[in-house]
Amino acid sequence: MLDAQKIRHDFPILSRQINGKPLTYLDNAATTQKPRQVLEALTRYYSQSNANIHRGIHTLAEEATAAYEAVREHAARFIHAPSSRSIIFTRNATEATNLFANAWGRANLKAGDQILLSEMEHHSNLVPWQLIAKATGASLAFIPITDDGRLRLEELSRWLTPRTKLVAITQMSNVLGTINPVQEIAARAHAVGALVLIDGAQSVPHLPVDVQRLGCDALAFSAHKMLGPTGVGVLWARETLLESMDPFLGGGEMISDVQLTSSTWNEIPWKFEAGTPNIADVIAFGEALAYLERLGMEQVRAHEVELTRYALEQLGRIEGLTLYGPSDGAVRGGAVSFNLDGLHPHDVGTVLDAEGVAVRAGHHCAKPLMRRLGVAATARASFYIYNTKDEVDRLAEAIRAAQAFFARPARAAVK
Amino acid sequence: MIEQLDELYREVILDHFKSSAHKGALPNAPIHAEGSNPLCGDELGFDIALANGQIGQVRFHGKGCAISQAAASMLAAQLEGKTLPQARRIIETMQGLMQGRKLDPSVDLGDLEALSGVRKFPVRVKCAALSWNIVEQGLQSYKGQKQEAGS
Repeated sequence: MLDAQKIRHDFPILSRQINGKPLTYLDNAATTQKPRQVLEALTRYYSQSNANIHRGIHTLAEEATAAYEAVREHAARFIHAPSSRSIIFTRNATEATNLFANAWGRANLKAGDQILLSEMEHHSNLVPWQLIAKATGASLAFIPITDDGRLRLEELSRWLTPRTKLVAITQMSNVLGTINPVQEIAARAHAVGALVLIDGAQSVPHLPVDVQRLGCDALAFSAHKMLGPTGVGVLWARETLLESMDPFLGGGEMISDVQLTSSTWNEIPWKFEAGTPNIADVIAFGEALAYLERLGMEQVRAHEVELTRYALEQLGRIEGLTLYGPSDGAVRGGAVSFNLDGLHPHDVGTVLDAEGVAVRAGHHCAKPLMRRLGVAATARASFYIYNTKDEVDRLAEAIRAAQAFFARPARAAVK
Repeated sequence: MIEQLDELYREVILDHFKSSAHKGALPNAPIHAEGSNPLCGDELGFDIALANGQIGQVRFHGKGCAISQAAASMLAAQLEGKTLPQARRIIETMQGLMQGRKLDPSVDLGDLEALSGVRKFPVRVKCAALSWNIVEQGLQSYKGQKQEAGS
């Protein structure tokens, strides 16, 4: 089991007071806090090794290049990719998806083809496909979900047809916590000749992910949701796919030779990394990966299953509180969405903040899912390695305080 | 901290939120305006009746947080019986109030003045401002239609 109390000492921000109360940070699905190892790596890089990579012949450039490329190897190991040549650094998971959508989609999709998504996708795995569908004439289809937020897999064969060219689906919902059986989906998609891209923005930080076992063709995730800095995302895709794709962005670094009117491309992965990349943050991301590896992703997952179960149990006891997503903590991640009768989540969020409890309130960049659930917005608590059961108790107390605050009776109908 | 919350959610704000006399619709009103706050999903619509060159009844409908709903109710109450230039003045004053401008004592804000505490919660200003931004647009397009009809 993880020792969350011990882990907390590595996170300077967790000793902050918010509105006179200890910070209870439960907005980890939005972004996680950073351990000092990551913060120190940033300072160390800028004060010791700062240089542009891949072109300098001086010592600093060599050091920076080696450190940057080492994180590529590290990221490949983390998701069990067969080779680091298939790891592309982007700004975030959104850019990773956009890269694949543009570089693969524009060349391989045409009118009559179908892209299969689900009703629970984050806008980052929906809007890029809307753009590509518009550009290529392909159409979008959606795997429907049940009322408790699971994919209706019994209908999958209806949606997977020879017209389906790509299935792009989240492995873990950022709203419902649902973990989707992407291994099964990938196998069934391949059977009709479709490729599979997985949105791993929520899954890679929270559970062991092995792209070879999942059998997917591409995976997108973000560093800042797994202890790393903002500004770094990763696209992994099968080498043969990446080899066959044209570049997404053009510029320095991604070329082999440049003439006035034409160019040839660098090898993968550099073909897809135009311009100076986010060197410092990639290097610091390496420390985040190392931190998670020391804990062990199995342990990370076990810790969150325990917290999620406890939270579902504690929040489930609060009268007038509606929980969304699967009710069994063992089959879902630690993003717990809820609403309170008669209260808008923004009002709930404001009272919780007054109690030092940071949650997200809103549509969570999943407006179609909100419509499917029949709500305008939800409040969401989401856990990570440093959260404790005490903090879940504090959340439950703050929710009760919010209910009490708004329960004061109205004096009279106002004119 | 509860004191700070009380400043945001003054009693009169919660009263308007919980039980407003101005919720509803006026299908035959000459001025209709709708709007939403895409970030939080608040949606509001206003129906504004006119009589003898003045604003008659005002009704609002929609869903959203306590601040957005209370602001809509308070604004509806305050607009009734005002001329269109007076209504515009109220809207400008509320916009100024959110930007920290000093209040013009000649403008009667009624219950709307209770929203002055919202300014200390920057993320919530847009909840309050939704109402008057919608009504401002409604008044503008009504003015435009009238000018077009008159020309």
